[in-house]
Amino acid sequence: MKAIDERPVGIADNPRPGRFKKHHMEDFAGRSYTTICAILLIVIILSIVYFVASKGLATFFKDGVSFSEFLFGSKWDPDGNHGEPQFGVMPFIFGSFATSILAAVIASPLSICASLFMTEIVPGWGKKLLQPVIELLAGIPSVVYGFVGLTVIVPALRDMFPGQGIGIAAGSIVLSVMILPTITSIGTDALSSLPRGLKESSYALGATRWQTIYRVILPTVLPSILTGVVLGMARAFGEALAVQMVIGNAPHIPRSLFESASTLTSVITLDMGNTVMGTAHSNALWSMALALMFMTFIFVVIVRLLERRNRI
Amino acid sequence: MKFKKPLLMFCTLVLVLMLAACGSKNASDSGSTTGSGTATEDKPAAEETLSGSVLAVGSTALQPLVEQVAQKFMGESQYSKIQVQVQGGGSGTGLTQVSGGQANIGNSDVFAEEKLDADKAKELVDHQVAVVAMAAVTNPDAGVDSLTKQQLVDIFTGKVTNWKDVGGKDEKIVIVNRPASSGTRATFEKYALGTKTEDLQGSIQEDSSGTVKKIISETPGAIGYLALSYLDDKVKTLKYDGVEATEENVASGKYPVWAYEHMYTKGEPAPEVKAFLDYMTSDAVQNGDVVELGYIPASKMEVKRDKDGNITK
Amino acid sequence: MKAKAADKIATAIIVVFSLFIVAVLLGLLGFILYRGLSHISWHFLTSVPQTIREGGGIGPQLFNSLFLLVLTLIITIPLGLGAGIYMAEYAKPGKITGAIRLVVEVLSSFPSIVVGLFGLLLIVNTFGFGFSLFSGALVLTIFNLPLMVRITEQAFRSVPKEQKEAGLALGLSKWKIITSVLFPVALPSIVTGTVLAAGRVFGEAAALLFTAGMSTPRLDFTNWNPLSPTSPINPFRPAETLAVHIWKINSEGIAPDAAEIAAGASAVLVILVLVFNLFARWFGNLLYKIMTASKRMG
Repeated sequence: MKAIDERPVGIADNPRPGRFKKHHMEDFAGRSYTTICAILLIVIILSIVYFVASKGLATFFKDGVSFSEFLFGSKWDPDGNHGEPQFGVMPFIFGSFATSILAAVIASPLSICASLFMTEIVPGWGKKLLQPVIELLAGIPSVVYGFVGLTVIVPALRDMFPGQGIGIAAGSIVLSVMILPTITSIGTDALSSLPRGLKESSYALGATRWQTIYRVILPTVLPSILTGVVLGMARAFGEALAVQMVIGNAPHIPRSLFESASTLTSVITLDMGNTVMGTAHSNALWSMALALMFMTFIFVVIVRLLERRNRI
Repeated sequence: MKFKKPLLMFCTLVLVLMLAACGSKNASDSGSTTGSGTATEDKPAAEETLSGSVLAVGSTALQPLVEQVAQKFMGESQYSKIQVQVQGGGSGTGLTQVSGGQANIGNSDVFAEEKLDADKAKELVDHQVAVVAMAAVTNPDAGVDSLTKQQLVDIFTGKVTNWKDVGGKDEKIVIVNRPASSGTRATFEKYALGTKTEDLQGSIQEDSSGTVKKIISETPGAIGYLALSYLDDKVKTLKYDGVEATEENVASGKYPVWAYEHMYTKGEPAPEVKAFLDYMTSDAVQNGDVVELGYIPASKMEVKRDKDGNITK
Repeated sequence: MKAKAADKIATAIIVVFSLFIVAVLLGLLGFILYRGLSHISWHFLTSVPQTIREGGGIGPQLFNSLFLLVLTLIITIPLGLGAGIYMAEYAKPGKITGAIRLVVEVLSSFPSIVVGLFGLLLIVNTFGFGFSLFSGALVLTIFNLPLMVRITEQAFRSVPKEQKEAGLALGLSKWKIITSVLFPVALPSIVTGTVLAAGRVFGEAAALLFTAGMSTPRLDFTNWNPLSPTSPINPFRPAETLAVHIWKINSEGIAPDAAEIAAGASAVLVILVLVFNLFARWFGNLLYKIMTASKRMG
């Protein structure tokens, strides 16, 4: 692609000016159109980032909450119902990480198996069977996921484990189904883009399929799969409605997986509509959105690093 | 697919932009007629055929009522030129929007003074359109049918953690609360408990009545609170200090756990907004839709309450 | 022998896990459809919802979802394609495009309620579009744009270099190469991306609460004047979509059959996603055939 970029096509030395003018115009129109679109994209992104940042930073500058109190405080009482208002979001950060990591732990093996199934075991009908399944899972709305979680998973967990069934465990199970498509599709892409020679030489050496997968294929595609896992985690991190319905939303670090907990998004979803813009409580919620944005950013940076390693 | 493609794309873009332009014009037009309603609609001649649009935003709990009344209102021939729009988003959103002038009416479960700064709350005019009462409810297996105020306080502050301590079965109590910012919770804490409570470790918090009811009805030992319109036999409704949560008891002031549903306007309402609010408080609606949706008409109340909770007969 | 056994076990595990995923989906679909299908009838699909009485339908909501999808795609596709093509073909690789890509990815996993509030304050209030389908479409565009851009970019990049170079050798202009050489090849991936984006339109609730709104005015389905407030095709009217409706009746519904309506509406929504997936696949193939054929003729 770079090679093409640097070469202005037929502008300087085309011998037929009439024909060439049309090209020139076409090119100009296309170029301006795409540039406008890209600029619009940038404007949208910048305005959201600016918007969230300006609201989110108010907590620290206007309401005078210190950074460390916000990030590491474990007490959440933004309206000051019990003395001084307190803005510790540690329990939510903990909940967000716990649910998304657990969701990734549940979903990754399943996704990797599904990818292998589609590309290595039965490439023909395996793909025909699983691909639509995966896409459908991605298409089910999160409201429905949350409802199914509350109707099926929560009672099941309540019967099997001590506690009310609500909590991080229920949240991560729901999330794991929701992020399955992300990890699987990235894994499948990576597996199917492997050079065939790699596998064939392994088989030629007398390796079994599992040996080939385990020793040759998986190590080669590991960075890509990790990319998928991290992107899945990022998706889990940002998911709100479904998690909020099954996690319980108590502003505490839970003592077990089956005790009510909160995530950043669940608290934002729960409280945002009930608070008035500009108050300390509302600002604190925006700060959490900012924190969320920052963490997603970190996830993406990790993905970037993984991809770079992959390229070498 | 040669040169036509970009052209087509451009046309679409232009179309979208044009639509966008129309949209902003429409919106600002209607904004100017409804926003303050000072300029055009004040003439007495306009009295018979009011027109314009009314936007009511806020409390999701109040939304079904306002929506139903709005449909009826627009069906009346003399108001047929008024468009009433009802949106949810929560009490906080409603108060923000009406205070900022973007909505004509802000629906709220709580007094504006509890959410807004005093100077902003002062600009708002309160229209109390209904009374909502709520009752403590439990999962049917808890084995309790009445709790005193002190018992409720003990449960919600975590002092009592087993139903047997308040006369029920030997079963752990699971609290299903509302988030701290919720108007329903504010009402319950203020009038049923008389104290603010902390969110206990392990307690569940859900904002929507539907989810709260679902969790209580399915979780053994669960306790929570719901507005009367949501009560049915899936959950057990508790008496409060021995008083049953009925409309009569609320109206007579015997049952204290109730609150007004507010529709705030910024300053005095514009004529079309006023027409809608008047319709809302008319006898036909108050004794019809309000009762039908499980609220208690404000006019039926024998006691009144101000924002600080002082009760007057 | 050991290696063979390991191979067999591993294969079995992979197959079992894959079947497990299929089972999960079938279970999910089965659960949703089983609960909902019995409630779906022509009346349910076409009548208006009821607040407290039984027998409410989802007619306007169904229409709103579809109409919002069309509106959103009209805005998203040209913008997403344009920006994606720019990133793939025109942008010079550098810090800034790298940064854009980074932020685009961050944006695509941002919680929807925050974007919804952004929409409320900026699109609904400041720009004055009000609670309307158009506001909703704009907010959904904000969600979908990153996805579309990313997919378009990847699709264009994955076109074999030789094809591009062949076009250059023929003396075609760059734009010509993009539209008639690269675009047809990239199309299937772009269609997949559009399907994913559309899924989000059907399923999104949190962001639409604050932008497209939670209520629908009385619609007069004989009124096709797009400027009339009661016309179903007026893009500047508020509109409650199916997903928002499900959320609303699940949370505050007091109709006696609220649970059944929610179940029925969920089933309709899932069927809608299903049908749309199939349709988009078919349409993508069709487009691919037409476009590659036209290339040959030109």
